[in-house]
Amino acid sequence: MLLIGGSAGSLEVLFKLLPMLDADLPFPLVIVLHRRSSGDSSLSDLLSTKTLIPTREVEDKDPIAATNLYLAPADYHLLIEKKQFFSLDDSEKINFSRPSIDVTFESASEIYKSGVVAILLSGANEDGTKGLLSIKKAGGRTAAQDPQTAQMQFMPHYAITHHAVDLILNIQQMAEFINQLE
Amino acid sequence: MVEDEDIDLLLNDLFEIYGYDFTSYSRASLKRRIVRLCSLDKFPSFVELRYKVRSDPDYLKRFVEEITVNVTEMFRDPSFYKSLREDILPILGTKPFIRIWHAGCSTGEEVYSMAILLKEANLLKKSLLYATDLNPSVLEKVRKGIFPLNQIKQYSESYIASGGRLDFSTYYTANYGQAKFDQELSEKIIISTHNLVSDSSFNEFDLILCRNVLIYFDKDLQDRVLKLFDASLGTLGYLALGTKETLKFSAIQNKYKQLNREKIWKKIQ
Ligand SMILES: C[S@@+](CC[C@H](N)C(=O)[O-])C[C@H]1O[C@@H](n2cnc3c(N)ncnc32)[C@H](O)[C@@H]1O
Repeated sequence: MLLIGGSAGSLEVLFKLLPMLDADLPFPLVIVLHRRSSGDSSLSDLLSTKTLIPTREVEDKDPIAATNLYLAPADYHLLIEKKQFFSLDDSEKINFSRPSIDVTFESASEIYKSGVVAILLSGANEDGTKGLLSIKKAGGRTAAQDPQTAQMQFMPHYAITHHAVDLILNIQQMAEFINQLE
Repeated sequence: MVEDEDIDLLLNDLFEIYGYDFTSYSRASLKRRIVRLCSLDKFPSFVELRYKVRSDPDYLKRFVEEITVNVTEMFRDPSFYKSLREDILPILGTKPFIRIWHAGCSTGEEVYSMAILLKEANLLKKSLLYATDLNPSVLEKVRKGIFPLNQIKQYSESYIASGGRLDFSTYYTANYGQAKFDQELSEKIIISTHNLVSDSSFNEFDLILCRNVLIYFDKDLQDRVLKLFDASLGTLGYLALGTKETLKFSAIQNKYKQLNREKIWKKIQ
């Protein structure tokens, strides 16, 4: 499973990255973005114009299938259950955020262990670092957007300085990295 | 780190000692709540938490309150309330009497929002709102009808977005940082504990709202609870779920028709 987490300034990154990705990635791609809480489900429509990968905003208990792009819905934490499906949770915000990147990253690492690859994008928040650390601990691989290329450096920079990141990538490198994953 | 086997043991205790059955709750979320409680209450390890739950019935109350998620707000998802206002209430209004069930109502913000809609549709007098939850402590707040004043600005914006036209402050009295909602609203609310896992149907309703409760249940329990709602709905009754919940793939889906983009279904057979 590939996870991408982002906050302020990461939508632009996705708009560039998604068109560069193969349409038949052999794994599910899960995106957690901080967004305004007003449930604008138009975001998944917008993302789907940038890729041929089937794109869907997650509903409770949706099954997780390979070659699909899933977007965490506004105002819910996105969790991963055994037996390959999602569940949602509207508990307290974490890092001032719901969905929180940490919550999804930690949940994925618990279920998929070393089968998780996660990338943290631009943002002005500490969210994501704890999640990356638990993914690393479980044997998964982690990457962050090169802060030099990020509109908001804080989030990827925070992860890097906390030793949560294996690879530092610009957008082009991110695409190449993802396309060669199995 | 809490292992799945530990959680199984704890859930087993809860059921055997107290009759609370959390075994069919969504595991990922439940586990997060348990880990959170361990750190909130500073248990050195999971073993101590389990011991406390087993041996201290007073702590059980806190455990259940903290394990469940009680987050709620008034006019949550204004477009949903707009649809209730425009599409559902005019139809319910043709009945001599209206019964509404809020299952998993938490502290009651949803119930008071509904009471306001009914009042504005001139239907409150002939309506009864049944507010139920597993937690006695949240129900105490429903009874009081007092909500924090610092939330009211947002509630009043949502109220307007739902099609409300009045000054929201006509519905409450502000005092010491709190907003107490009018008795005219609260006297139409009937409050009772009800556990969706173990309690049965207790009346027939025209509209059932169960929003953001099913997300905490696994598929099997969701199906069981949906059957309970089906058994509690009159013909042509309505069932309303949270924005990310669905009847699709459930055992009762063929008897229901979704009305519009909102998560409201009509019972058609
Ligand atoms: C997130 S709140 C939803 C409040 C409100 N319906 C809303 O959407 O804003 C979930 C509520 O479900 C209640 N709940 C959880 N399990 C339950 C059960 N088995 N039976 C009844 N209520 C339950 C919790 O106590 C909590 O108050």
